[in-house]
Amino acid sequence: MDIMPRWVDIIIVPLLSLFLAAFLSALLIIAIGESPIAALNLMIEGTLLRSAGWGYMLYYTTNFIFTGLAVSVAFHAALFNIGGEGQAMIGGLGVALVCLFIPWPHWTLAIVGASVGAALFGMIWAGLPAYLQAKRGSHIVITTIMFNFIAAGVLNFFLVDVLKPKGSMDPASANFPSTTHLPTFQDLASLFGFEKAFRSAPANVSFFIALLACVAVWYLIWRSPLGYEIRALGKSGPAARYAGVRPVKIIMIAMMISGALCGMMAINTTQGESERLILNFTEGAGFIGIAVALMGRSHPLGVLLAALLFGFLYQGGAELALWTKIPRELIVVIQALVILFTGALSLMVRAPLERFFMSLQKAKE
Amino acid sequence: MTKNPAIELRQISKSFGPVQANKDITIRVMPGTIHGIIGENGAGKSTLMSILYGFYKADAGEIFVDGKKISIPDSQAAIAAGIGMVFQHFKLVENFSVLENIILGAESGALLSPSLSKARAELAALAAEYELNVDPDSIIEDIGVGMQQRVEILKALYRQANILILDEPTGVLTPAEADQLFRILKRLREEGKTIILITHKLREIMDITDTVSVMRQGEMTATLRTDNTSPEDLAELMVGRKVLLRVDKTPAKPTKPVLEIQNLSMVDDFGVQRLKNINLTVKAGEILGIAGVAGNGQSELLQVLGGYSAATGIIKLNGSEIDLSTSVSGDGQARRALGMAHVPEDRQREGLIMDFMAWENAVFGYHREKSNQVNRFFMDNNAIRQETEEKMKRFDVRPPNPKLTAKNFSGGNQQKIVLAREIERNPDLLLVGQPTRGVDIGAIEFIHQQIVALRDQGKAILLISVELDEILSLSDRVLVMFDGAIMGERNPAKTNEKELGLLMAGVSEKAAQ
Repeated sequence: MDIMPRWVDIIIVPLLSLFLAAFLSALLIIAIGESPIAALNLMIEGTLLRSAGWGYMLYYTTNFIFTGLAVSVAFHAALFNIGGEGQAMIGGLGVALVCLFIPWPHWTLAIVGASVGAALFGMIWAGLPAYLQAKRGSHIVITTIMFNFIAAGVLNFFLVDVLKPKGSMDPASANFPSTTHLPTFQDLASLFGFEKAFRSAPANVSFFIALLACVAVWYLIWRSPLGYEIRALGKSGPAARYAGVRPVKIIMIAMMISGALCGMMAINTTQGESERLILNFTEGAGFIGIAVALMGRSHPLGVLLAALLFGFLYQGGAELALWTKIPRELIVVIQALVILFTGALSLMVRAPLERFFMSLQKAKE
Repeated sequence: MTKNPAIELRQISKSFGPVQANKDITIRVMPGTIHGIIGENGAGKSTLMSILYGFYKADAGEIFVDGKKISIPDSQAAIAAGIGMVFQHFKLVENFSVLENIILGAESGALLSPSLSKARAELAALAAEYELNVDPDSIIEDIGVGMQQRVEILKALYRQANILILDEPTGVLTPAEADQLFRILKRLREEGKTIILITHKLREIMDITDTVSVMRQGEMTATLRTDNTSPEDLAELMVGRKVLLRVDKTPAKPTKPVLEIQNLSMVDDFGVQRLKNINLTVKAGEILGIAGVAGNGQSELLQVLGGYSAATGIIKLNGSEIDLSTSVSGDGQARRALGMAHVPEDRQREGLIMDFMAWENAVFGYHREKSNQVNRFFMDNNAIRQETEEKMKRFDVRPPNPKLTAKNFSGGNQQKIVLAREIERNPDLLLVGQPTRGVDIGAIEFIHQQIVALRDQGKAILLISVELDEILSLSDRVLVMFDGAIMGERNPAKTNEKELGLLMAGVSEKAAQ
């Protein structure tokens, strides 16, 4: 028998964790002499009450959906992909090459091409550590984290030596041609006559690709025989072997899907926002993906919700940095608290809840 | 009664969360007797003994030793009270000598040599007193399982144990070794020691105990004098209803060979040869049983046949040869397509995914078959669920709820889920490993019937079991394995446990005659 009803596990545990994180954050804000209520108001006002705020929030959310899904898929195979950061960077390289060197007639085609390029590059980058894990037993956590550094070096090399236009002082690629530019939410809203909505916000059509990716991952994991094998291997290696599931194949496939999803983050940041390849465009989204996957319990719907929350925290944090004396570093601390409580410490919340439900059951008997 | 009981438990209760593992358990064991505790897996035997040895703390109840009430917060206290425990899985340091193992945790000072010489003298005395001969200087990994068990007993006696608890002591022994153990136990009883024997084997209870307690679902259902009871009565008390201990079956009508194995050898990852030139044939319509003490190559044979270990030699299924060279990563699905089904030895590790729901487990290994898929990319989950529910009803899985997670079923019901999956495919060949390990008696009856029914449909069955009773009652032919090789074949109707036991101990065919 499960000790707690499912809904408690899925809804109450994350909410309670979130509340604890918020409470500690409030104490911190009080400690530096600001009002947590005012801070919360500011965060909500800056994100949820203005369309531009939504535009920024959904831009971050898009990144976190991709990386969160990526970590989830690997989790289902019991693989801990910490290399999202590097896979996204290399995905960005893929996007840049596709956008710069193929003359696209229209963005609708360019986004397909860029998605393929991003996914392919991310896939290859995740495939290398996957191969080392599957064939040589090198631990995926160690190799993927090292591949992050290699990816950063590779990106650096390309931006300083290869893709930088002649005479430019900036380690960045040339601007992508305008036919590859993705419509932002502002452009879309204008189509419907709302010229002022989402003004200058970076959210763009790749958000919808992220939503599609959620549906695709859901089908993959819970409806396809491949997903079944991924989950089987993740739950029990010996059982998978008994059933004739090939571990090497499944490890490779799961990691490559994970890498592809991470890579696709770049269509949002690189094709959609900066419209050129720049250094450090990933801004830690690969790591946030781990927290998103943990909080979302590796389920696409959960990932979507968690990605929205982290999008809110990112945008809200930026608002705080802009309008209050709360320093930027403290905002990182608040985000870290949320990650800590919703991800790593969720057991801390679950244990007392389980005891509570156990005593309820006893009282009933 | 003049004498105090050696050990007495009064109304011991213990629960783990919502599960009540022990409920108001009361036992009195008189000194100088052997008391059996019998019950199915999960009946609460092990919990009770863990309480006695200080691993768990009882929620309620009292423990008396020699009439004095004591509390046992940890194993040190249990040892101090004169309680010694021999676990099912020995707690010995493999690369230490016998002597070093015996003093481990009971060293008398900072320097080892005085402890060792003291132990050596004492060991000699103990060996003489109880006829427990063990060479004190042998290394544990070099001596046999039976010897290792003696070391465990000596360890307890060295710590002045008066009450010895043995948990499933014969699980890893050959029948001959088990007989030796029983002789030792009887000798200990003569010397006034009190012995508590935990087992699920009815025969052992009948052979050696003076009194017996039966446990069912955490409760003590009866305590009887062994003379006044019978295996049938005990089985009924364990299960709560009448059970058939014998398997009803007609003589086999074997026809064409289904599985042919020629010169099969296998070397494991550590370079140890696990299978040595195995030759055997299983025909349609017969059950071939493979007997042997655990760890003599039976598991490896199943693994090679199941397609997840590489091997050399020839395996033919329905006349066509199976490729053994690429089997490292598993050809399980290909072999299933050829008509092989496999009930693995360890259902919790291999046969089932404990976190998957019953319906997901019900197609495990067959999930890529067309009948379970809408098309190449989607599984037909609704149809699988529906089919699983029907299967669960046919195999009497309780509760017949396909959405329940596998770990929430009892051992017997888990095994029925595996059996239903493998048997309902209507395979030509069924590999069965330890079909009733950890399964309650009621379910054993059902599982045996299913296996016999499959045979009667003209299917070939290869049965591997360490339970000699099971091999003898199910098989039509018996092969004995020892150290990776087949020692000989016997007709179960014309052999006996003694003869098989010799083969299981590696005494060759000629020597046995």
